[in-house]
Amino acid sequence: MADASQTNRPRPLSPHIGTYRWGAHMAASIFHRGTGLALAFGGVVFTWWLLSLATGKDAYAQFEAVAGSLIGELALIGFTYALVQHALGGLRHLYMDTGAGYEIHGNRRLSKIIFVVAVLLTALIWAFGKGHI
Amino acid sequence: MKFRSPLSTARGLGSAKSGTHHWWMQRVTAIALIPLIIWFLISAIGLIGAEFDVVEAWVAQPLTSVLLILFAVAFFYHMKLGVQVVIEDYVHGEGRKLALLLGVNFAAIGLTVACIFSILKIAFGG
Repeated sequence: MADASQTNRPRPLSPHIGTYRWGAHMAASIFHRGTGLALAFGGVVFTWWLLSLATGKDAYAQFEAVAGSLIGELALIGFTYALVQHALGGLRHLYMDTGAGYEIHGNRRLSKIIFVVAVLLTALIWAFGKGHI
Repeated sequence: MKFRSPLSTARGLGSAKSGTHHWWMQRVTAIALIPLIIWFLISAIGLIGAEFDVVEAWVAQPLTSVLLILFAVAFFYHMKLGVQVVIEDYVHGEGRKLALLLGVNFAAIGLTVACIFSILKIAFGG
């Protein structure tokens, strides 16, 4: 029964995530997951918005008081960014589903472009919404 | 060496018995959400700080109601699929994993129904 010790041998592990150097492509990947999770909470706020609207003026005033406060508005801007970032990241994934875009330089460049465009679009949306443009 | 029987190859369902269904529905809902998100963001820009009556009248328009319901269904279906993967990746205790997966399913359905009911109530003159 010499094999018993072999089955207890520790299995090989992939290198720990901390050994990798950060890059735009890694950031794009984890931001896609992070913004996706944030949007789940955004969905709860979206539902609260519709429920309060269906309930009546008083309930909607309560929603507006929270959404219109400084923290509420920052959260809405955050959800807007998350939505744009996740949508662009999703398009990146659909593009990669075709087997394209895996070459490291192109992948990194596309990831950087997505971050910049997501921030710019979020700023543009809120500038329009607030009547600054 | 090939371990898969001809029948399992033909079925193409793999060890999880659901094949590519999860992956495929994630893509289907993602593609559906792209035009809906563009429409919603453009509409929402004009609704920032708007009065109750204005927002209510907007939701009550038939086209808006239909698009909002489609948005809610695609959004929460997509959310359920995405959060499920995150839980499967990071939560290792079987009990906790099962509880969280159940919670995500219930939340997705509950939020979808809450949205649809609210939209219909507003549309039919709540």
